[in-house]
Amino acid sequence: MGSDESLWSIFINAVLVNNFVLSMFLGLCSYLGVSARYNTALPMGIAVTFVMVVGSLCAYFLNELLIYFDLEFLRLISYIVVIASAVQLVEMVMKKYAPAVFRALGIYLPLIATNCVVLAPPLFQTARGYDLVQSLVFSLGAGCGYILAIVLLAGLRERMQLANIPSVAQGGALTVILAGFLSLAFMGFAGLGG
Amino acid sequence: MANASPNPPPVTMDTFLEGIWRENPIFVMMLGMCPTLAVSNSVINAVAMGVATALVLVAAAAFASLTRKLIPHQVRLVTYVVVIATFVTIMDYVIHAISLDLYNALGAFIQLIVVNTLILGRVEGHASKRPLLPAVVNAAGVGAGFVLGLFCLGAVREVLGNGTFAGLHVFGPHFQPWLVMMLPPGGFFVLGAWLLLLNWIKARGARRIADKEVTDGIG
Repeated sequence: MGSDESLWSIFINAVLVNNFVLSMFLGLCSYLGVSARYNTALPMGIAVTFVMVVGSLCAYFLNELLIYFDLEFLRLISYIVVIASAVQLVEMVMKKYAPAVFRALGIYLPLIATNCVVLAPPLFQTARGYDLVQSLVFSLGAGCGYILAIVLLAGLRERMQLANIPSVAQGGALTVILAGFLSLAFMGFAGLGG
Repeated sequence: MANASPNPPPVTMDTFLEGIWRENPIFVMMLGMCPTLAVSNSVINAVAMGVATALVLVAAAAFASLTRKLIPHQVRLVTYVVVIATFVTIMDYVIHAISLDLYNALGAFIQLIVVNTLILGRVEGHASKRPLLPAVVNAAGVGAGFVLGLFCLGAVREVLGNGTFAGLHVFGPHFQPWLVMMLPPGGFFVLGAWLLLLNWIKARGARRIADKEVTDGIG
């Protein structure tokens, strides 16, 4: 067990090369849902990142515990419960300190719990055998990648509101195609790291 | 909650078909996007993923429907998530046992079925309020719609990106694969193209009806 990837390479990999949203298609529901405006996209990204890091930290210790007791088949169920609790925590903190943002995010905030982008780092770190520091760097990188992707898309979509687009392309189709262009751009990072 | 619908509507063909066309999870509801795009680079992967998701969906819907009077409203989401996670774990082991190649190709996305919004949405919003039969029939319809959507994406991407359909060559030896279709951007583009096509069909249908009304009015 264990992986000897350097921390820097794990981070760059998670942010740019294997961007969670644009090259692994994780968390697309919230990505397409919340990215209509920049003011909600950024807080959403930060909330997701926070949940990711907390979830990854908990999942690491949980996994050690499960391995110790030979209960690996419970891994998925216990990860899900841990993440749901982390989301609850973020929700409470946000409601107290940033009620405006809390209202703006609406249903998407509790839905972080069923967002694959949040469940993925714990699963991947277990599969790749990262140690504690590597796991944290990995989930932080994944979160930064999510923020980058959602902020970029929100910027593009705000511009698109002023553009004259054919009626067939309005709504989902346009957003998906914009995401496709972003994804194409991110492929340019493929040579980096590796 | 239990008395939400005193006269449950009869189970008709429409209960099943609704999930395939009018409420197609991929093209209309835009749910369950993550596995949709990630594994749809070949027909076999796409259909396998769709079938696995559909089976979990039907099982979870049946469970939610049977226990709809037992589970308190406050804890229903947590309960459903745990139930879905259980079925997904079973599915994970089943696929591992049936085909190791498939298991490796789908990777973490099998476990990620658990966070597929499509399943939780259907189970929470539909199955938990209906008797067993309509719940299961509707879940099967939505599952079939999901398989169909994945098949549409996977077929286009595999034919264009690799020149094969379910592993069989379609274009002959001199075909230059359109590589980008297999890569992540291709997923977005193909989905976008399907959405455009469906929007266009829908807009044309609406226009026809409007035209007909106008001529009827004149005539």
